[in-house]
Order: sequence, then C-alpha cells, then structure tokens
Amino acid sequence: MPKDGGIGASSKRREDLRFLTGKGKYTDDINLRDQTYAYFIRSDVAHGTINSIDISAAMKMPGVERVFTASDFEGVGGVPCGWQVTDRHGQPMQEPKHPVLAEGKVRHVGDPIAVVVADSLAEARDAAEQVEIDITELPAVLNMKDALNDGATKVHDDLTSNLCYDWGFVEENRDAVDAAIKGAHHVTTLELKNNRLVANPMEPRVAVADFDSSTDEYTLYTTSQNPHVIRLLMGAFVLGIPEHKLRVVAPDVGGGFGAKIYHYAEEAFCTFAAKQIGRPVKWTSSRSEAFMSDAHGRDHVTKIELALDKDGKFLALRTDTHANMGAYLSTFAPSIPTWLHGTLMAGNYTTPLIYVNVKAVFTNTVPVDAYRGAGRPEATFQLERVVDKAAREMGIDPVELRRKNFITEFPYATPVAVEYDTGDYHATMDKLLELSDHAGFEARAATSKANGKLRGFGIAHYIEACGIAPSNLVGQLGARAGLYESATVRVNATGSISVMTGSHSHGQGHETSFAQVVAEMIGIDESQIDIVHGDTAKTPMGMGTYGSRSIAVGGSAMVRATEKIINKARKIAAHLMEASEADIELKDGQFTVAGTDKSVAWGDVTLAAYVPHNYPLEDIEPGLEETAFYDPANFTYPSGAYGCEVEVDPETGKVTVLGFTAADDFGNIINPMIVEGQVHGGLAQGIGQAMIENCAYDDDGQLLSGSYMDYAMPRADDLPMFTVDHSSVTPCTHNPLGVKGCGEAGAIGSPPALVNAVVDALQRAGHDVTHIDMPLSPDRVWAAMNS
Amino acid sequence: MYDFDIERPSRIADAVKLMSDSTDAQPLGGGQTLIPTLKQRLASPERLVSMAGIDEMVGICKDDAGRLCIGGATTHAAVAADGSYPGLSGLAARIGDPAVRNRGTIGGSLANNDPAACYPAAALGSGATIVTNKREIAADDYFRGMFDTALEEGEIITEVKFPIPEVSHYAKFVQPASRFALVGVFVAKFADGVRVAVTGASESGVHRWSAAEEALSRSFSAGSIGSLEAPSADGLITDLHGTGAYRAHLVKVMTGRAVAAAS
Repeated sequence: MPKDGGIGASSKRREDLRFLTGKGKYTDDINLRDQTYAYFIRSDVAHGTINSIDISAAMKMPGVERVFTASDFEGVGGVPCGWQVTDRHGQPMQEPKHPVLAEGKVRHVGDPIAVVVADSLAEARDAAEQVEIDITELPAVLNMKDALNDGATKVHDDLTSNLCYDWGFVEENRDAVDAAIKGAHHVTTLELKNNRLVANPMEPRVAVADFDSSTDEYTLYTTSQNPHVIRLLMGAFVLGIPEHKLRVVAPDVGGGFGAKIYHYAEEAFCTFAAKQIGRPVKWTSSRSEAFMSDAHGRDHVTKIELALDKDGKFLALRTDTHANMGAYLSTFAPSIPTWLHGTLMAGNYTTPLIYVNVKAVFTNTVPVDAYRGAGRPEATFQLERVVDKAAREMGIDPVELRRKNFITEFPYATPVAVEYDTGDYHATMDKLLELSDHAGFEARAATSKANGKLRGFGIAHYIEACGIAPSNLVGQLGARAGLYESATVRVNATGSISVMTGSHSHGQGHETSFAQVVAEMIGIDESQIDIVHGDTAKTPMGMGTYGSRSIAVGGSAMVRATEKIINKARKIAAHLMEASEADIELKDGQFTVAGTDKSVAWGDVTLAAYVPHNYPLEDIEPGLEETAFYDPANFTYPSGAYGCEVEVDPETGKVTVLGFTAADDFGNIINPMIVEGQVHGGLAQGIGQAMIENCAYDDDGQLLSGSYMDYAMPRADDLPMFTVDHSSVTPCTHNPLGVKGCGEAGAIGSPPALVNAVVDALQRAGHDVTHIDMPLSPDRVWAAMNS
Repeated sequence: MYDFDIERPSRIADAVKLMSDSTDAQPLGGGQTLIPTLKQRLASPERLVSMAGIDEMVGICKDDAGRLCIGGATTHAAVAADGSYPGLSGLAARIGDPAVRNRGTIGGSLANNDPAACYPAAALGSGATIVTNKREIAADDYFRGMFDTALEEGEIITEVKFPIPEVSHYAKFVQPASRFALVGVFVAKFADGVRVAVTGASESGVHRWSAAEEALSRSFSAGSIGSLEAPSADGLITDLHGTGAYRAHLVKVMTGRAVAAAS
C-alpha cells in the first residue's frame, strides 16, 4: 500500500490549488500606491558607440517622472559576477564592467540604454519614442573562434582580447592525456555544438521596488530563485545598501529554469530609481524583452576525442570547448563551462586520464549562464555522443561498450576532482532495457521499415553533480559565495509548525515535499506544517534553488533544525512525564516512556514550551524554535539510463519521438509524484533542445529567434508518452535524507539519447551520418541524409 | 499599442463609409495578425473598423453555380465545421490553434496574404473568386506577392466564392515554432483540370506549380508527381527553418501527399 503521508507518499501538491485557480500571487500582481512604470529603451544593434542621448523632449511628455541614462549611475557599481575562474596559467579571468545602463557602448541587441519612468506604461512608452539616441554601429563579434583571432574587434575595449579565460582541467594531466591519445589503439573524434537556448519561463521577469524615506528601507519584489543572493549582490556590490535596510521578496515565481538565479540590471534600476524619484517603480518584461535580456543557456562548440584500447576500454578523453559568455558576465556564467562541466567529464566511466580545455569568449550577444542542468548537460551530451560514435566505429554494441567501462566500485574518485559516493549504473541500464523493451526493437524497426519509415533506438547514461555544494570547496574554485542552505523551524504553541527555508520554490513543489519530511520526523499530519520561503525578512540567509540542490541541501538544513526541535521537545516530554530523557521515544506524534504506558502528545509538549508553568526552566529556555545551516560534505551524484525510440520520415527528414524511457537513481525519494513531474519537465526541455529549440543570431548580431514565431517551445504533441522509473536506489551517503536531487536529470540525459537514436535510424538505413547538430530540425536531418 | 478608435458597424455600407471618411482607417477581421502588430506598436491606425458585427458578411451558403460562398467575416472554425467542401474544411481545421480558429476570419487572412498562411493556398488552388465591396477578383489576379494583394485602399473582402472540386486536399508541413506552413500544398481536381497552389515556400507568396498541374491533369496520381523534378529553389525562402532547396523538395513531397490523400 502506498503511504498516504510523510516521506515516500505521493502527497498532492498543496500549492497547485492557488496556481491552478488563478490565486497565485506573482510579482506582477503586486501594485504599490503611487507606483510608477519603467520602460527600458534597448539597443537595436549588436555593437555600437553611443554618440549622444537626448532626453529633453521625452522629459516634457505627459506623465513622465524622469528619464534615466548611464550618467545617473555614476558612483553606482556594475552588476557583479559571482564566480572568478582562474585560467591555465594561474591568472584570473578577464572581468569587464557590466553597467546598469550602457556606458559609451552598446554590446548586444537588448542592452539597456535609457529608462523612462512615468505614471503609466503607455506614457512611458510614448515618451521613450521621443528619446533621441545616436549610435555609430560597429562590427558585431559573433563567431567565438573568429573572436579570438589577433586584431578581432573587441567587445570590451578595456580588455586585452575577447578571451574571458583559457581554462585547463586537470592541467597537470595535459601531457599524459596527449600521450595516451597519441598511442591509443583507436581514437574517436567528434565536433559538435550545444545549441543556444532561451529559458522562457511562463512568467516573465518583473521587479517592483519601493523606498521608505522615513526608515531608509528599501523593498524589492522580484522574480527570483534566490532572494537572499539578490539582496547580497545588489545591496553590497551595486547600490551600497546594508542588508538590514533592504528586503527582497520573491513571491510566487512562475518558473525559473536558471534564468531567474541571476541579479539583473532591471532589479538594481528599479531599486535605485525608487529612491531617486520618491515613488515605487515597477517593471514588467514583455516577452520580446525576455528574449533579448534574460540570460541565455548553453552555446558551446566542442571537439572531443576518446581514446580506446582494442577491447573498448576507455584510456583517455580530451575536450576542446569554446563557451559563449555573451557580452557581459552574468552572475554564475564563468562557473558553468568550467567547474560544473569539466568535473563531470568522467561520466559513469573509469576513464583514467581526462583533460578539459575551455575557452570562454565574449561576443555581442545576450549573456549566457546556467540553464536547467548548467554545464552538466554540455558534459553529458558530448561524452554520450562520442561514446556512441566510438561504439559504432569499433563495432561494439553501444550498451556493451558502456557496460564495459562503467564504474562499479564506490566511493570512486574520478580524475576530474570529484568523488562519487554511490551508484549502480548496471542497475539503471538493466531497468532501461527492460522498460523500453529493447529486446523487441528489431521487430518494431521491421514494422517501421514496412511503413516506409526509419526507426532508431538511442541511449545515454548520465551522471550529474547536484546539491551544490561544499562551501570550502567552491570557495577554492572561485565562488564568491558559500553554498550552504538554511532552515528555521518554528513550532507554534498548539503544535503546528512554520518552516522558514532559504530554498525557493518556483514550481518544484517544496511546500508539499518539505512538509512531508517534517511530518515524517515528528509523526504529525502534513497539514500541520507550512513552508515559508522567498522573503529575506522572514527566512534565514539562504542561497536559494538551482542545481537540484533544494532537498539535498535545503532539506538537510530542515532536518537538522527539526532534530534540534525534537531533542528539545524530548527534554520537555521527559519533564512532563517525570522520566529520564534517555527513555523518551517519539512516534506518531506521541512521546512515550519506553516500556511503560505513559505518553504525552506532541501538542501537549509544544504548549508546555510556550506556557511553561510545569517546565524545566532551570535547564532549558521556553519556546520551540530552532535554526540550522547545512553545508554539504560533497555533491550528490544522481545518475540514470535514458532511452529513446524515434522514427524518421525519409522523405521529409521529420523525426517523430515515439517513446522515451528514463531510469533514474535519485537516491531516496520524498514524493514520487513530484519526482515524476520533475523528470517529465526535464525531458520536455531536453527533447525541446534536441528537436526544436534554437536561439540564433544573424551575421549582424540581430536575434533571428526573437519571438515564438521562430523560437519553438515544445508543446504536448511534440512529446511522446514518457516511461519514468526511479526504483533503482543507492542512497546518498552523506546527507541525512539519502537524497540526490531530480530537477535537472531529464534535461541532461535526454538530448544525447535523442541524437543517438536519430543517428542510429539513419545508419541502419545505410546513411553515412555520424552526427547532426541540434536541434534535429527536419531540414537538417534531410540535408544530412542527402549530403 | 497606440490609442485608436474602434467602430463596429452592422452593415457593409456603413463599414465602407467608416473606412473612407478617415484618413487612416484599418479594417479589423479576427485580429489574429493585426492585434499583435498593434501591441508591438508596429502599426498606428487612427480607426479600426470591425467586420465582426456585420451579419451579411458572416455565414456559408451555396450559390446557383454550386459554389461555396463564405462571408468575409466567417471564422476558420465555422469553415472547418461546414464540411461541404472537405478539402477546404480540412485546411481550415488545421489553421493555428482553437483560439485562432474561433477568432480569425477568411477575409482577414486573405487580405493579409501572409506568405505562409493556409487560406491563400485554398483560394488560389480552388480558383476562387474574391468578392469585395467594389468588385469580384479572380484568385489568379488577386495574390500579388508577399503581403501584397489586388485590394485597394479601404476595399473590404465581403465574400469568397469557391468552386467545389471533385477531389482535393491540403498537405501542410508545419514550421515548428509558428506552426504556419513551412510548405503547404493545396491540390484540387476539377472536371477541366487540376490546380496546385503552394504556400510557405516562396518569397513571392502563394503561387501555382504549373508543371505539377499539367502532370496531374494528364494523370491524377501521386506517381505523376514522383516522376517530376522538384521545382527550382530560386526565389524560395531560406530561413532558420529550412533552405530554399529543402522547401523545393518539400513542395514535391507535399504535392504527392496531397494527391494521395485527396478525396
């Protein structure tokens, strides 16, 4: 019988009632008295020198409060970067200033130049049309390799080149890897692109800022995955506001996918302007603005080489990647192609020698940063593609080649600096082959052939590092923040509980799953527990939600705080029952004295804590509220085997995804239904990337895919029915729940499985096609078949 | 969106007057293109004249010649539900999504003449007659290129008359983002010959593929298309979603499929 509550139960998502009935309270639902509206004037060229900005006519337009340009931000800091990468030679990355509004130059289509603040949005837009901006267009820097040529146009004149950093990992392995590849029996080489993506959360970004001159307090309501991080970055580095005078609230947030992690100029602008004009300032991104101002994802160009011995054992792996940073460094951008990517290049395999070289490059495009998976999909994609290609080249079954090289003993220290604590990759592979009826594939392929279609089966096995991360480790790697998480558990007098978490839910269902954990620990009903998040005035300093870290790190903090609560409650219970604390047991919300029929209910103990008439006041304080900060000992390492079956229409090149199977090991599961939903969403995004999503610029740096007319988002009928399994469980060894995280897996494992499947279909039909870059649009597949 | 006035006449004559006594009036059909354009401030008409309330422009009937006559303000959903011209109803049923089909109108679509829209292929492929407040225009004379038609300033499409072929079908290969036609081919077989109209493919908008028409008029079978060369890629659209050569290939494939599915 499935449980009906607590850990392991598919409790229904309590937050969905408000989300599905229009009762959610999003940032755009917040309107403050006397509020003004900001309209950003953005560059329509990719690169240019600003000769002049004339705001005089705009200032006279009806309803205009003020027009801001860069000159208003003298003395204000730039938008900071939160991670400093050190290059191969021990030098820090080149780090350009990212001004709130463009100073002297514009560097991408969408770069904000000026802002009109007016009584209404319509008036702000009318006035914006009266702002005269004279720009001399410069050549746009777009191709990453060309950008590194001597004499190339520079995105930032004050930097020595367009190279942000040239990173080598592990640098000491470089020569050994070169030598191993040189002498290998077989080397498989693959050049590929990881396509640029736009996150496109359903809710666009919004900021509403207020300043109270009587208290000197600022409040910023913003669409963020991590309000404390925004408070720290904006307060300390941009505007110089101490934390106790700045409250950041991220209420209901309609999807993030990474794009709402970062501190954006618009947030700083609204906060700054609110004080300047003495009225609240609101900005709501249009969808068109989102395409050209939300941080984009991925955009890597990679050459990968895998050396194998005659039996197919992996000997060495070498990668050479160019990673697009865009025009400025977004908050965590430098860490994505390095520490979140290079450290995963071992995958599930025992490859003894690995060298990863990444050149991060500035271009005249929107900044690029983490997008669901963040570095790990880039690693998995190239690795699982090259392994598949190697299998075909060497005539070894792709499943067998993987099995031959699987890591089977744990803990396992990879040559790329991480230690996997647990895993069972054969188990997930077995599960995949079973659930996808791999044995029946040939018969299905024959049916397809009879119908004039080409059927293919593709697999991928992924590893990811979630639960970011031990603070001392990431500090050594260049993070300018700690990556612990926090929780305060506040037990009320009658026994109900409010948990204030530093994690932030923007669709993940924390309000349900976090409550299940506390309910399980105490043995009370989930309805007695509320999860509070998203407000720096209510929650302890926490680092927020991204990188599949919330249950592994935030959940662990909550467990630690709840343990403190239980320990104190046991003392109280012992006092009430005149028993020894050592004999007190807590089960199903009842404290009992072991071996007796004495018991006292949870609510009686909590009441005693707040009405301490009969209470050990000499030993413990009244009240029942505890806070814990949890800093993980390691990353967590979810893994899984993904399989995909496709049919290609040979006449048109159109690929139909017939089925997709995901066999994951997420460690212990809190809420299976929510996990399944997370995997479904991840698969939709991964299949979207592989099949249809493509953010493209033309040679002038104009965004070709700047709306849904040209940027294809996956819709229900683009996706097959999913088979999702998470019955393979190797619990994480170093966090109290044994959990690993599941938010990104679907987006990590699915693109290589899909491309492998299409290549399989084409090769089975006799086409000499070894790779097609994503997205696998019909014209590309057709061109590959007919080249 | 800029400010504008909106008028909702109930008779064609009133609409024509409202169009003519403003220097900058724009007829409004279902608004599926015009409203987004206005929201982006890419158009700034002083007055919108809505066709939606003109009863004499809404509805479907047959004339004495057996032609299907569709009022200019009739929605795609209504045409899809009609069924007396299956190829046309099938096309209408696949335009956009339910919201588009319940708002968008045949007159609006034909007046806009988006090079990737579906209805122009049906009108040209059927040899329809576009009826305006002033005149009747043969489809062959109506479509003048991308977003360009024979309509004059202030002229309103009041009705479209479709001869009903023996068999017909519209084969549509969708662009994955917009789900407009990357290439759409409408094939109609009449007693006196076959018409083949192609949308989505050409920089000149909807057009007929004469080689296919000749081959199909000789022998109406998918095999007749299989033995044809694909049309030239010259003048076909190359964009993010496909090259001209790919579109040319798709024109042939989709024509074959339209013939095979024609009923």
